[in-house]
Amino acid sequence: MSATDTPKRSMRTPLGRVRNLGAAHSGTSDFWRQRITGVAMTLLMIPVLVIVMMLLGRNQAGAAQILSSIPVALILLLFIFASAWHMKIGMQVVIEDYVHNEKLKLIPVMLNNFFSIAVALASTYAILKLSSGV
Amino acid sequence: MVEFALPKNSKITGGKTWPKPAGATNLREFRVYRWNPDDGKNPSVDTYYVDTNDCGPMVLDGLIWIKNHIDPSLTFRRSCREGVCGSCAMNIDGQNTLACTRSMHDVKDGAVKVNPLPHQPVVKDLVPDLTNFYAQYASVEPWLKTTSPTPQKEWRQSHEDREKLDGLYECILCACCSTSCPSYWWNSERYLGPAALLQANRWVSDSRDEATGERLDNLEDPFRLYRCHTIMNCAKACPKGLNPAEAIAELKLKLVERQI
Repeated sequence: MSATDTPKRSMRTPLGRVRNLGAAHSGTSDFWRQRITGVAMTLLMIPVLVIVMMLLGRNQAGAAQILSSIPVALILLLFIFASAWHMKIGMQVVIEDYVHNEKLKLIPVMLNNFFSIAVALASTYAILKLSSGV
Repeated sequence: MVEFALPKNSKITGGKTWPKPAGATNLREFRVYRWNPDDGKNPSVDTYYVDTNDCGPMVLDGLIWIKNHIDPSLTFRRSCREGVCGSCAMNIDGQNTLACTRSMHDVKDGAVKVNPLPHQPVVKDLVPDLTNFYAQYASVEPWLKTTSPTPQKEWRQSHEDREKLDGLYECILCACCSTSCPSYWWNSERYLGPAALLQANRWVSDSRDEATGERLDNLEDPFRLYRCHTIMNCAKACPKGLNPAEAIAELKLKLVERQI
């Protein structure tokens, strides 16, 4: 990029531009939660894989029987909870990295929230339904 | 959105090949980025041949030789020529480094390719406009902030506390790290970048400073600090062997520490 391309010529001082709206005083919670959910998923990965292997080739009744075990249902619920949260934070980071139109950015951020909640709720409902045998 | 391609007027066109110096036996080819704000042309890459028997071993020596013997219009910054001032930071053979400490003989395979630091506006040839970079440094308020009465002599510091500044105080603000960071390329308006954050950690880590909390407050932001995704280009590029990525990780750890 050459100097003449600089998109917005402004009379604002460089320091004023850098300070801009000030610090958001947030971000650490998301950073920490991303780590917690990441570690949680790593720990849950093996039991989840075992459960998935057990479910392979079973019909609905067989699956319901396996999921009726409380530890199995809890492990799956925890995995869904951790991964949906991790997915939401991770996707938001990607959106913030690459979408630079501040107003337009609100739309993908909102859709990302909707999608993550929808996936989490649908999966939770499915696990609960099967595990309760309804 | 992020720009993945160069704007039309920044596309690099073929440049001029300057004649080889007469009578020289040992030649090294230099391909140097040229852009002149006054001629309205797109940037180009000029080819020069340097007589290595007549100049020093570093890339900067080669550039100075070109300026003195072939093309006085070639523009670049330089000052100390020994890796202390940070003026001659540029992209050499694909890596950001100091022209004065990179030997042209370390550049293998053919020509020595010299470009300005990436993703900064170019003032002319190899001179980038670092206004934003310096403003970001100023924004971390890189000076001692205290409220206790100033002591009669100096502010005292134990040897152990002084050691915590090792790996931080040596930064010469050459901008090699920040301009090698993809996150900084995409978000340099809001992300402070590795150099400013390393300096921020230098003051956060200073036992004599009494504004640690305020400093962390000013950094706690999804963009200012948390755009760092530990890509580590900064540590790879730093010509002083520092590790800005580690400094940023320390800042994140301190922010977690104070809230858990």
